[in-house]
Amino acid sequence: MRSTAANFEENSRKALADVKLRDALSRLSEGFPAKRRDAALRLPEFEALRDQARDIKNHVLANLDVYLEAFEARVVGRGGTVHWCRTAAEARDAVLGICRKANARTVTKSKSMIGEEIAINEHLERNGVVPVETDLGEYIIQLRQEPPSHIIAPAIHLTKNQIADTFRDKHRQLAPDRPLDEPRSLLEEARGELRGKFIAADVGLTGANMLIAETGSTVLVTNEGNADLTYSLPKVHVVIASLEKIVPTLEDATTILRVLARSATGQDMSVYTTFCTGPRRADDLDGPDEFHVVLLDNGRTRMLGGEFHEMLRCIRCGACLNHCPVYKAVGGHAYGWVYSGPMGAVLIPGLIGLEEGGHLPNASTFCGKCEEVCPMRIPLPEMLRAWRRLQFEQQKSSAVGRAGLAAWAFLARRPWLYRLAIGVGAAALGRLGRARGRFRRLPFGGAWTTMRDFPAPQGRTFQSLWHAERRGGGR
Amino acid sequence: MSKSPATTPVRVGLFVTCLVDLARPSVGFAAVKLLEDAGCVVAVPAAQTCCGQPAYNSGDSGDARAIAAQVIEAFEGFDYVVAPSGSCAGMIRLHYPKLFAADPALATRAQALAAKTHELVSFLVDVLQVDSVAASYAGTVTYHDSCSGLRELGVKAQPRALLNKINGLILREGRETEACCGFGGLFCVKYPDISGRMVDAKVDDIVATGADTLLAGDMGCLINMAGRLSRRGSPVRVRHVAEVLAGLTAEPPIGAAPGEDA
Amino acid sequence: MSESRAEILGAVKNALRHARLPESARPNSNASPAEHLGDHRANLIPARGTLGTKARIDLFIREAERVNATVARVSGLDGVPREVARYLSKQNLPTTLRIAPAIAEPTVPWTSQSLLTAEPGRAEGSDAVGVSRAFAGVAETGTLVMLSAPDSPTTLNFLPPTHVVVIAAADIAGDYETVWARVRAAGAGNEKGFMPRAVNWITGPSRTADIEQMLLLGAHGPQRLHIVIVDDEVAHP
Repeated sequence: MRSTAANFEENSRKALADVKLRDALSRLSEGFPAKRRDAALRLPEFEALRDQARDIKNHVLANLDVYLEAFEARVVGRGGTVHWCRTAAEARDAVLGICRKANARTVTKSKSMIGEEIAINEHLERNGVVPVETDLGEYIIQLRQEPPSHIIAPAIHLTKNQIADTFRDKHRQLAPDRPLDEPRSLLEEARGELRGKFIAADVGLTGANMLIAETGSTVLVTNEGNADLTYSLPKVHVVIASLEKIVPTLEDATTILRVLARSATGQDMSVYTTFCTGPRRADDLDGPDEFHVVLLDNGRTRMLGGEFHEMLRCIRCGACLNHCPVYKAVGGHAYGWVYSGPMGAVLIPGLIGLEEGGHLPNASTFCGKCEEVCPMRIPLPEMLRAWRRLQFEQQKSSAVGRAGLAAWAFLARRPWLYRLAIGVGAAALGRLGRARGRFRRLPFGGAWTTMRDFPAPQGRTFQSLWHAERRGGGR
Repeated sequence: MSKSPATTPVRVGLFVTCLVDLARPSVGFAAVKLLEDAGCVVAVPAAQTCCGQPAYNSGDSGDARAIAAQVIEAFEGFDYVVAPSGSCAGMIRLHYPKLFAADPALATRAQALAAKTHELVSFLVDVLQVDSVAASYAGTVTYHDSCSGLRELGVKAQPRALLNKINGLILREGRETEACCGFGGLFCVKYPDISGRMVDAKVDDIVATGADTLLAGDMGCLINMAGRLSRRGSPVRVRHVAEVLAGLTAEPPIGAAPGEDA
Repeated sequence: MSESRAEILGAVKNALRHARLPESARPNSNASPAEHLGDHRANLIPARGTLGTKARIDLFIREAERVNATVARVSGLDGVPREVARYLSKQNLPTTLRIAPAIAEPTVPWTSQSLLTAEPGRAEGSDAVGVSRAFAGVAETGTLVMLSAPDSPTTLNFLPPTHVVVIAAADIAGDYETVWARVRAAGAGNEKGFMPRAVNWITGPSRTADIEQMLLLGAHGPQRLHIVIVDDEVAHP
């Protein structure tokens, strides 16, 4: 997916002006956080499970090479194939290669962020293979040729009317007088349209929420059941996953699953959680003949062991997005690439570069709500700050900003000079502002005063008043 | 104040914070009054300027460390360091030890200072066991939970515990007291449109409570919210919680003109 | 390809060798991967997964209904066809069934209900009702556990819009970990590994909230999930 992350300021301006988006984001921020809170309240062990989930991933990451090899051995032992891919390009080639060998004309797809990362759809289309998104939200945005705006609810930015318009535009079989006012009718329309495609597909391409080393299994989590139709009907099942998705055992996967849906949507468990292990067995009546796992690095080994190591614990639940006030204000598209919200702000510079993604770690107040709700206890603000540190060291932050900060630091390190300068400033602003108590406009203060008045300082500094009082024989 | 005086007076270094020092000294005096009423001896080291957070959050660890070393030097001799700000107290308590992780000598001193640094209201309630103040206040109050105070230092119940006991004061909880107000230090001027949306949502919540007074424990948040309330023509009075707790409300509220408000 | 493999594994090993991890990223135990894999120890199991038999079944029913499944109880497998006929006619649904071979005649006497036509096999696109037998249930969340097998094809769980699942009360476990232990035991004889091709955890009928976050049942998977608990049936072999 092509990035517009560098355009974050323009993207967010557009987003803030978009009334429909604002309504959609209000709905999101009223829905998911309350549901998560309720789910957590209903499970007394929730906090302890978060700790265990974190510990499981810490253990895996510290032994990642061993677990990757164990996973591969089990997959191969069961008759599957593992394709190791360093880059997005290698992964694209691997997937296309499998499709070509299968003479695939159409490929059904369940939602995969890795698929977005490597832009697999365009690659397949360019090479004569038709990818069909089956997750309802992904299907809708595929029709609209838009990127996802949320990692688990990709069409969350759309109204039902926008979706109806899209269906009328793109579904050739759709009678013009068929009513599409209600979400139910939209769902029926999509279900009908996709049913035949599920059955006709030659290859099913899924992501994986986890990869289990103990058994060589991949874990798929959906509510719609589209992933299950995707892997069980075609002759070939291809899983694309990044390598930090490994967990050791079925029991470890279970622990993580107990916190995943609760954190994401407030469900105790998603409707369909499926463990796929290899191709069909000799006597099975259904199932794919081939099972492939395309294992992708694409920057993960660069994060391992370094400042962003803890980001590799992420299970893609979306809780941080749902609770982030910045995401709530601008939505997912403003971030400009595959991921968004706090996890996107940490991950994107790591995957596509600090140059391109530089705004994202800066567009945060460090309120800490993301870390508060992350089921894997990832210290997201810490890592956003680490990106800012790298930008400062590489002199990539704004020149004006650096100059201002340098001036502030210069003063702050010289208390006597600081008190002089601050005293002058406080007195001047205090005098100017005394009558009204506030300023509607300030020179150089446009960023503030566009939407806010600036309260006037009281006029003298605390230090000067305090030391004057004490000198005058106070207490 | 319902508390017996300490046998040896507790020596507190007041970390006044740059915003209180520059914009609203009355908060500093309110803090001193509260601490002295609780039996502390309060000193205000002259060599304090800033906690270093602006540099730290901008990725300038070098300047942050230099400023932090200065703070450690000026304050480490006290029994406690108290700041009328969750943000500055959080900086010293949680982040100073991280800043000096690579410097064993300063790391030890940073950890020692961190362990005795507190936000004002949580210091009164959790450490000094203050359970009520003598002030009264005629008004309905809604309280904003500043992010650092809330999430770094666990400041939540303590201000409410004291406010609930104030004569004449009615507390009204907003639905979004824990939502970020959009200040975020430099964030509000680097991404003013987003910040503006956030403070607008906050003001909607404040206005919906019907309260006539907004209180919080951090000047950055207060200046931000007062600025938006005033731009929207709202009569809500904005003060630092210390002012109300200390009964020092003679000065006009934040952003108000003298005599503008009864 | 093996060059990619070598490079990736090399990069992982190198990164770990030079890792400087904060406290919050360090593993809390020194167990080796081999030990951890061999052990496959259960982690924390919530209290709600550890109830006694009656409370466990009550919880299973409550949780399944909370996620919009419907639940009925019969005393033996003999009673299943009558319950299925009752359910389908009440809902005005077709009475031609695709059933898992595991619950074909004579195990379940479908011919005792003339209303029903039961054809064993995998599901086809035109099948309206699928009936399968669950390997286990999990009371914690009202979840059904289905294992793929020659007599239990996976497509039955997903293609037909109405899904009926037969489950022995004795197969309803409190927690997931108990079920994994059973899966391991059931597959212990297979030297390639104990896992079947697919293990499906099913928690309610399919749903989506992708359109304006409005909850809709019946996305691509079944719109209806009807669970028939069989009280006197022995546990799944």
